[in-house]
Amino acid sequence: MTAPAVPAPTPATTGEMPRVRESSGRRNAELALLVFVMLLVLAYAATVEATALDTITPDFWIPVALVAGVFLALHVVIRFLAPYADPAIVPAVALLNGLGVAFLRRIDLASADAEERADLPIFSGVGGRQLAWTLIAVVLAAGLLIIVRDHRAVSRYAYTLGLVGIVLVMIPAVLPSQFSEINGAKLWIRIGGFQIQPGEFAKLALVSFFAYYLVRKREVLSLASRRFLGIDFPRGRDLGPVVAVWLLSLLVLVFEKDLGTALLYFGMFVVILYVATERVSWLIIGLLLFFGGAFLAYTLGASVGGPFANFYQRAEIWLDPFAKPYDDGFQMVQSLLGLGTGGLFGAGPGGGQPNKIPLVVSDFVFAGLGEEIGLFGLSALLVVYLLIVERGLRAGLAVRDSFGKLVAGGLAFTLGLQVFVIVGGVTGLIPLTGQTTPFLSAGGSSLMANWLIIAMLLRISDAAGRPVTGAAGGRVGGPGGGGPPAQLHGAPTEVIRS
Amino acid sequence: MNAPLRRAGVVVMVLFGLLFANLNWVQAYKADDYRTSQYNARVQVDEYNRPRGVIEVAGKALAENKVTDGELRYLRTYPFKSQFAHVIGYKPVNLGATGIEQAEDDFLSGTSDRLFADRFRDMFTGEDTAGGNVVLTLSLRAQDAAIKGLANNDVGSTRGAAVAIDPKTGAIQALVSMPSFDPNPLASHDTPAAQAAYDKLLADKEGPLKNRALGEVLPPGSTFKVIDTAAALEAGLTPQTSIKAGPTYTAPTSGAPIRNSSAGTCPEAQVTLNEALTESCNTGFARLAVEQIGADKLKEKAKAFGFEDTDLKVGNLDGGGIPVAASRTGDIQNPDGSEDKAALAQSGIGQNNVRMTPLQGAMIAATVANGGERMRPYLVQQLLGPDRRTIGTASPKKINNPISGQVAGDLQDMMVSVVERGTGRRAQIDGFTVGGKTGTAQDGDDERDHGWFIGFVLKDGEPISAVCVLLERAGVSGGSSAAAEIGGQIMQAVLRDRGAD
Repeated sequence: MTAPAVPAPTPATTGEMPRVRESSGRRNAELALLVFVMLLVLAYAATVEATALDTITPDFWIPVALVAGVFLALHVVIRFLAPYADPAIVPAVALLNGLGVAFLRRIDLASADAEERADLPIFSGVGGRQLAWTLIAVVLAAGLLIIVRDHRAVSRYAYTLGLVGIVLVMIPAVLPSQFSEINGAKLWIRIGGFQIQPGEFAKLALVSFFAYYLVRKREVLSLASRRFLGIDFPRGRDLGPVVAVWLLSLLVLVFEKDLGTALLYFGMFVVILYVATERVSWLIIGLLLFFGGAFLAYTLGASVGGPFANFYQRAEIWLDPFAKPYDDGFQMVQSLLGLGTGGLFGAGPGGGQPNKIPLVVSDFVFAGLGEEIGLFGLSALLVVYLLIVERGLRAGLAVRDSFGKLVAGGLAFTLGLQVFVIVGGVTGLIPLTGQTTPFLSAGGSSLMANWLIIAMLLRISDAAGRPVTGAAGGRVGGPGGGGPPAQLHGAPTEVIRS
Repeated sequence: MNAPLRRAGVVVMVLFGLLFANLNWVQAYKADDYRTSQYNARVQVDEYNRPRGVIEVAGKALAENKVTDGELRYLRTYPFKSQFAHVIGYKPVNLGATGIEQAEDDFLSGTSDRLFADRFRDMFTGEDTAGGNVVLTLSLRAQDAAIKGLANNDVGSTRGAAVAIDPKTGAIQALVSMPSFDPNPLASHDTPAAQAAYDKLLADKEGPLKNRALGEVLPPGSTFKVIDTAAALEAGLTPQTSIKAGPTYTAPTSGAPIRNSSAGTCPEAQVTLNEALTESCNTGFARLAVEQIGADKLKEKAKAFGFEDTDLKVGNLDGGGIPVAASRTGDIQNPDGSEDKAALAQSGIGQNNVRMTPLQGAMIAATVANGGERMRPYLVQQLLGPDRRTIGTASPKKINNPISGQVAGDLQDMMVSVVERGTGRRAQIDGFTVGGKTGTAQDGDDERDHGWFIGFVLKDGEPISAVCVLLERAGVSGGSSAAAEIGGQIMQAVLRDRGAD
């Protein structure tokens, strides 16, 4: 079956050609990197105990060994099911996830009574739960790799996923506060002691839907336009979907009281739109709408209050955290003090007092880490995040179908944007919003959702790296245009442009 | 679609660049501000993670540390409880520190520049630099004698103070304020409990938190006659010079008549200066002040002995210490600026607006005993590093010579006469030369006067100790001689400590 004749928007250069390499070489590199980062995490865990307990307990290695084991299992799954996947992604994520587990265990050590510290059970406390969630999340990721053998298959369920995504986003807004509100943000579904953040899972579903929708609509969105002030603006009726998503984001902002999530969904959509249409006007419209909305919310929060009051308050804290250091600004102040105390090199793993920062296990995990690993350590973490994001984008560059490009690009960018939103928030760069720090923050929802995103990126990068079999000539721009989903999915092989 | 994807990658890099730049701002540029911010409780936990230095006397720890299980690892404890409370003070978690704990905080906590070498070394060994140790000048025996003497006074006084100084060096041998308090509850890591303990002490009507030896001033009464005598001797009088006395004296122009403490005290019209001091003749000294010394000379002499000094601190001679309230002579002036003779007459016998700290009283006695050389009083004898090597030893400092050696010698003899055959008999110590001066000061309408004694002991002509004892509201009579007895006991304890008894 030949791919529909949709011309590739830009002529491919040789640099974008996936280099055909021995898959075993990639996998061996992945294994070596994985062993290396797990040794790093092991060293971190040992240093924590040596500093915080003055001794290293005989079973300090067990949590690290457990996560290492499950990562290695994932590695084996990838070896068989996605042998051409990018070898840097899993080790980078494993480093963050492993450090997260070790850091949360370190928080447990600090919170525990002195006599209990030495023999803290493996699965107890926040760190223990995170360890358990990690095991589950990685199994889920492996499950996704096993079930979805071709990322294009996902597009078959695009509308279903879109609906699911919107429902997931809206549930907490619709639920009464007692079931959905934690720390002023309505992002949760709480049943008894159990709570999930449905918005985390919505990201993957929404990105898949947007990608599918835009692959079909990109021509009309990019071609039909009116020129105004030197910029090509789309026709009014084509603005429908972007306005709909903007409204959705504003609803999130208003009813879930969370700027970060709103920014995340909106940024995600605008960037996918931009990548699909290559029209800068979408970016400009998006930015104007977003900042306009944020400014409106701030102004309304100052004057009307009501649902906007929370956003106004956060903006005020951001402008001067030390204005009310013991009430409104307390979290922010403690976060900044922790980071500042860490300084360039940090107090050393286990040497700081991250417990002084409220919510250090979730929103403020980056500040807690920063106190102990310092500017140098945090910079290294930022580089690891950047590596994951850029590798994800690279998978998008290299994969041959439009749907894959948009999904990979959208997911990778959203991950980067989320890191920016939360790290920028806890370091005082932007107003703080209650986002999780991917792979570091305590929380099963976040961990599972982000591992699913990683699995998807792995799947797409595998497709990108897979050497082309079959010799048919012609162009392959990936499925697109008005082609039915079945076609997207149906092409068994792809052809390299030459 | 690849070009916009690449641009998205650039956008992410720019965003991360912003994060990195902001992290540099927070963790490098602003780091010191944040680290030392008043809102940063980490500094405190850090401080309590290092053993604080020990405050000690003769090998005995007055303030030491106990390891706890809490977040703050070291608990400050004061094994002698209330005995040294007004010297070492206390180091609470949330309240302000006082005493030597406060004055030597840098050294005790290990952050002092003088411990730089230790910190530098510990940077490589990875150990937490412990604080340095502070050795005090106090004599355990003298301190004990002062506490017991004050507590067991036979005139019903519940408040008072005692100070003993080595006249030759200024080293403080005993410093007690009664009533005292146990600093241990204040240092509790349970901060609400510490606050409650503090509030309770603060509300106590007897004022146990007040340092009556250094921080409170009261009318000195007749002890101030030593200053009159010094001024008179400097002006050319001798101990044998006759001065006018009599049963009563009314200053020119105004004022109530001044009487002697009893009808038997110098009723003669004229007595020798020596006799006047020995008997504590009020009329004699009031007339002396008004007719021969004058307000300016009197104030000047008092100032030379240490009155009006607002900057004195008792602690380390190299700087820092417990602040000492300034003793005052008052204005002694009419509103038009002329000398107020009635006030001068009262001031000459240590009344009117004259106010003195017990430390100042001890300094007067010490200066007389030390041949007219006034030494700067101090409490810190030695600073020892965490490894107990000596980092600093006090080298005594002279402040000034308020009187000549000749005058000091005469004054010594006169004060010895006070103890041998005058009002200070109860201060006598067998086998040693003791001099002194008692004082009974009226203060307000309360009929119970304050009893004072300032004095010194000589051994083979060398001064060993000078004391000042104050008993507030010490009954209707006998307060000053009770104070004299306590002074004798303290000085005897110092002698015993020196192996001289």
